[in-house]
Amino acid sequence: MAKSKNPSVLTPEQILRYSRHIIMPQVGGLGQKRLIASRVLLVGAGGLGSPTAMYLAAAGVGTIGLVDGDVVDLSNLQRQLLHDTDDVGRPKVDSARERLQGLNPEVEVVGHQVMLTSENIMEIIADYDIVVNGADNFPTRYLVNDACYFARKPLVDGSILLFEGQATVFLPGKGCYRCLYPAPPPPGAVPSCAEAGVFGALCATIGSVQATETIKLILGIGEPLAGRLLLYDALAMDFRMLRYRRDPKCPVCGDAPTITRLIDYEAFCGMPTPVAVAH
Amino acid sequence: MPVEVRVPSVLRALVAGARMVEGRGATVSQLIDDLERRYPGMRGRLLSASGELYQFVNIYINDEDIRFLRQLETPVAEGDVISILPALAGGG
Repeated sequence: MAKSKNPSVLTPEQILRYSRHIIMPQVGGLGQKRLIASRVLLVGAGGLGSPTAMYLAAAGVGTIGLVDGDVVDLSNLQRQLLHDTDDVGRPKVDSARERLQGLNPEVEVVGHQVMLTSENIMEIIADYDIVVNGADNFPTRYLVNDACYFARKPLVDGSILLFEGQATVFLPGKGCYRCLYPAPPPPGAVPSCAEAGVFGALCATIGSVQATETIKLILGIGEPLAGRLLLYDALAMDFRMLRYRRDPKCPVCGDAPTITRLIDYEAFCGMPTPVAVAH
Repeated sequence: MPVEVRVPSVLRALVAGARMVEGRGATVSQLIDDLERRYPGMRGRLLSASGELYQFVNIYINDEDIRFLRQLETPVAEGDVISILPALAGGG
């Protein structure tokens, strides 16, 4: 287990490095120490994970966990700014660690080079304060949502496709992903980025919203994006908010939950059915 | 009276690429029927064979989810903006 960082005093170098945050009353020295002591897990070191991780590292989040079992592919470099051309073929967690520590050597980057499943997710997320979702498939989204609710971890969610993005924050008791979408769509009903395409700079817009919301939660400032779904249309340059609330009939966080164990949905073939159920 | 319907990217092929279309109906259900007349295939992307809204598609009137109003029987009034919001999974 990675050790936590808990400085009682900021060094002169830290005061200089983070000066543009520290001088703002919403942050201050106390807030900066909170950031340094915080532990954030990012699911996915790709399109959304890249900008989010970079801004969290720049802000001094002391421990950043990255879950990604993939290696860097040339097609990633149209938008995944954590990785370089020379990294093609390397595990994403490795190239991400180099980028983030080059930016801020004080950040501890913990690589989880795995695919998340019901068998490993609870143990992985236990170590972190906040989870940020940058996954690129429905089964992982539902797994992360359910696990975060069971573990009572705040979940900063984002998703992108084509020229559109969405972002929100799920706080336990204030709604979860299944309050919006109770079950995954059948395969083929909604295309993936590889099938339909995704606008590169879209990642930065939604990723920076996720970084912003994560930092706001750590510092306890501003209004979290809980109960509100931010919709972004890049072609129209249009930002909108839609409201949602905890659905009392939600299968996970409702008044009478029907899903009380994690589900590994089949990622391919036919209708999504549970293949392994574990707590 | 026509209302504005915001069409998500994944459904724009049905409406010749438009981001917004007009629709008419006193309820969401009637509005969907109207959209189906103008843009064949639209209903099948929103409603199952039994006529229920798919779980992976949400419909909002202004900024409220119709599931918390009167579902498909939610009244539609002049000036309302209807948003169709399917689940997006992309993150990479």
